[in-house]
Amino acid sequence: MARLIMFAILAVVILASAIFCVSTKRIMRAATALLFVLFGVAGLYFLLDYTFLGATQISIYAGGITMMYIFAIQLVSKRTLQGLSERWLGKRTFLAAAIALVGFATVVVVLLKNELINNTIINGDTLSKEVTMDTIGQNLMSADKYGYVLPFEFISVFLLACIIGGLVILNNNKKEEESK
Amino acid sequence: MFDFRIVTTWFDELLRVTCGLSNFWTILIECVVVGLAILLAYALLAIVLIFMERKVCAYFQCRIGPVRVGWWGTLQVFADVLKMLIKEIFAVDKADKLLYYLAPFLVIIASVGTFSFLPWNKGANILDFNVGIFLVTAISSIGVLGIFLAGWGSNNKYSVLSAMRGAVQMISYELSLGLCLISAVILTGTMQISGIVDAQTGPWQWLIVQGHVPAILAFLVFCIAGNAEANRGPFDLAEAESELTAGYHTEYSGMGFGFYYLAEYLNLFVVSGIATTVFLGGWAPLNIGIEGFDAVMNYIPGIVWFLGKTFVVVFLLMWIKWTFPRLRIDQILKLEWKYLMPLSLVILVLMTVCVAFGWTFTING
Repeated sequence: MARLIMFAILAVVILASAIFCVSTKRIMRAATALLFVLFGVAGLYFLLDYTFLGATQISIYAGGITMMYIFAIQLVSKRTLQGLSERWLGKRTFLAAAIALVGFATVVVVLLKNELINNTIINGDTLSKEVTMDTIGQNLMSADKYGYVLPFEFISVFLLACIIGGLVILNNNKKEEESK
Repeated sequence: MFDFRIVTTWFDELLRVTCGLSNFWTILIECVVVGLAILLAYALLAIVLIFMERKVCAYFQCRIGPVRVGWWGTLQVFADVLKMLIKEIFAVDKADKLLYYLAPFLVIIASVGTFSFLPWNKGANILDFNVGIFLVTAISSIGVLGIFLAGWGSNNKYSVLSAMRGAVQMISYELSLGLCLISAVILTGTMQISGIVDAQTGPWQWLIVQGHVPAILAFLVFCIAGNAEANRGPFDLAEAESELTAGYHTEYSGMGFGFYYLAEYLNLFVVSGIATTVFLGGWAPLNIGIEGFDAVMNYIPGIVWFLGKTFVVVFLLMWIKWTFPRLRIDQILKLEWKYLMPLSLVILVLMTVCVAFGWTFTING
């Protein structure tokens, strides 16, 4: 009962913010609405007792990615920031609708194929099993059969590449300024 | 040691058995009661902290502070709160009104959210997840967004400038804050806040003693970074009055401004509270291994210990605030990225080595 009410509240928040995010003309408002969508998703994780995943969602997406978006938005032109140049583009609407439809179809196929709904209704208890930090840490750093140390290290290499890329771009800008 | 669980189980029994309520209604009523308690404690502590700040500031500047309203100025803050509540609330022309009204709530949510994690007494943890410390850092990062949106929504160049500074500063100092907390997690082996405090009960078990050199360094770095995170002390250039009027909350009045004011003081309290919890033992009493002394100390309830230690740290941070001159933005970023962050990485390695070789200070073995 309580779970159902919480789920309904979260679903309404997620859907309303998502619709507001794509329909608003002001880009800063869209970023803020995106933040609330991400909070709602984190709330769903907490509802499922995936506390680690929920905390990560808040920390990385809400705290990090949205903040980065907002800093990046500050770099666009003033007219866009004030919501003056945004228009409704017919062609793009169809394209976006098509992409959204493909995503929806994928989710539905995955749900039906794995019979997730039946499984969770029958084995309702599996929902409230909290995984401790110890287990997550061991799995993340182990090199055994189900260990995740390779993807974990791969992510760090990827981040290093991002940092180096950023430095290279910065260096190019500096050279151009000097040559001018 | 007084265990607060006696009270909570009594209340739970009262609702379930005496009143015969179902599971759903019991939890709902308990949640509402706990929520009200948090908000009440939040408001009361804010009043206490504002009064303390005024007095401490006054004594550091060789003044005596407010003395007219009430005995020794004790009613001054209540008068200020009343004034703030009856102020006119206005909106700026051509500003993004939605974001303007939304921003204070984000800041206050982040502040109340982290406030709810503090351990008040044995068995009196309000939020106690097994990812506790991690979740605290995650929730505190919401506040950055609130500050930025406030600056943006105000349609004021000083506000935007100040919000940029504040956001950059808070994002930077979150790094060393998190690294110091991680080094404490390495020592205790748990992220759960009640677990961290439990690991510090017993003679000479506070982390700052248990972890000796790396823990003391981590505590100092945590205090500096926490001060910057709360936008206070020598790091308050986001609201540098002389150049940016009042910073990101220039255009706010009434409770909009009140929320920022509250959040600033409570963030100070939360930072001190987390420093107390993680490094100074939380509600754990001072035990030195002599039975009689320990027994006397254990009679003092945990909440007294917790509030006492927290207010000592608050006083230290206020002392720093009213002693040091304000830093420039480049100095602030240099301090974090070139000194504090490498230092906290070194602390992390040092702590790992100490724990791995068993060089920690424990009497029980």
